[in-house]
Amino acid sequence: MPARIVVIGGGVAGTLTANLLSKELRNDARVTVVDPTGMHVYQPGFLYVALGEANGRWLARDERQLLRKDVALVVEAATRVDTDASVVHLARGGTIAYDFLVLAAGARLVPEQVPGMLEGAYDFYSLDGALRLREALRSFDGGRILVGVAGIPYKCPPAPVEFTLMLEGYLRNRGVRDRSEVTLLSPLNRAFTIESASKVVQPIMERRGIKLATFFNVESVDPSAGTVESLEGEKAEYDILVLVPPHRGQRFVEESGLAGNGGWIPTDAYTLQHKDVERVFAIGDGTDLPISKSGSTAHFEAPVVASRIASLVRGTTPRESYGGRVMCFLETGDRKSTSLRFDYEHPPIPPEPSWRWHAAKWMFNRLYWVTVPQGRIPDRFGRPGKIDRSES
Amino acid sequence: MSLTVVQTLDLKGLSCPMPIVKTAKAMKQVSSGEMVEVFATDPGSVADFQAWCRSTRNTLVESDVTDGVFHYVIQKR
Repeated sequence: MPARIVVIGGGVAGTLTANLLSKELRNDARVTVVDPTGMHVYQPGFLYVALGEANGRWLARDERQLLRKDVALVVEAATRVDTDASVVHLARGGTIAYDFLVLAAGARLVPEQVPGMLEGAYDFYSLDGALRLREALRSFDGGRILVGVAGIPYKCPPAPVEFTLMLEGYLRNRGVRDRSEVTLLSPLNRAFTIESASKVVQPIMERRGIKLATFFNVESVDPSAGTVESLEGEKAEYDILVLVPPHRGQRFVEESGLAGNGGWIPTDAYTLQHKDVERVFAIGDGTDLPISKSGSTAHFEAPVVASRIASLVRGTTPRESYGGRVMCFLETGDRKSTSLRFDYEHPPIPPEPSWRWHAAKWMFNRLYWVTVPQGRIPDRFGRPGKIDRSES
Repeated sequence: MSLTVVQTLDLKGLSCPMPIVKTAKAMKQVSSGEMVEVFATDPGSVADFQAWCRSTRNTLVESDVTDGVFHYVIQKR
């Protein structure tokens, strides 16, 4: 009998894992993807939508078109996993039994955790949010814009910095820069958590007159006063406030007793197996791994999970392990980008921002649909740069 | 004025900037003069805690490391 493999989540992580498994195991496995919408969303595009550089249409595709024909797709929400019975319960009352389960359902946004955020702040972490922000920016005629993070961890760590740098260029192009003030609120005393990336970004911010408010950990928003307050007791006034909403693990994961703190899944950093439950793997934004929540992480994790499950199905010893590899672009505005390539052991050494990385990012945005979900990007891509022990 | 450690945070295994964020949350809850003790494993936390305390004008009473675990005691101003 073929092994029953159920993948919950049709994002980068789930789609690629399912495709790799079905390609590898063929008739030895029956792979099913469960996804509540059946639409695959390219989330890195939200940033461009918010700044009017892209419309929402190219951001979503039918998940069915991205999966191999022999992968089954169930368009329904998973509501609970019963690990004793090895079944997944679905929203309309059905169940799916599994031999191996891959949790790839991502993170959820919980803006309601920050008082005043829903009423007082914009975000670009959903298509709706990005469209609302785009409208607000279009009618913006000068004033103070604050960009910050309302909860950690969040997806795509460079996004607030990228947004700030691109926003500054946007305001210049619209001719309202001279009557605008742009400030990045940072939880630390630098622009970006990774020190080497901060060193690249901060001089650019200074040159462009973007302010940096350090150790500003957002606690609450007062929409009527137009202020945001930090845990450190500081208060800042805004005309437009853009906050990355707090994130949590998916509710069904928590309600199935599979989650730890924050709803994140306790995951082995190397095998990507659930720390407490046999035959259950976790991948992508939902894990508790101390590494970026990003599509790139999922992209590099998927081959490891697929290979390990394939070995287990065949009764051989799994050999592949994940080393924490991540590769992402960081847009620095004015059509330039740099890149961050790192893993558990090696911090990134970002190159000088150039139009080449920006062009690579644009190409990647365009080619994503026909490369990443299908596993067509070679595995060598994005290995970290040379080791530099002086960074931490 | 009390001079005791009123809260201990185990932030081992968390990476930057989580230790600072969690500590900032805890410090918000305690009263002036009270102390919060933190255990962390993120090597970047040494510089971060020094800078955070300077910036927020809280006092970093202790900062040491044993077997890869960093230990901080911070007193609220």
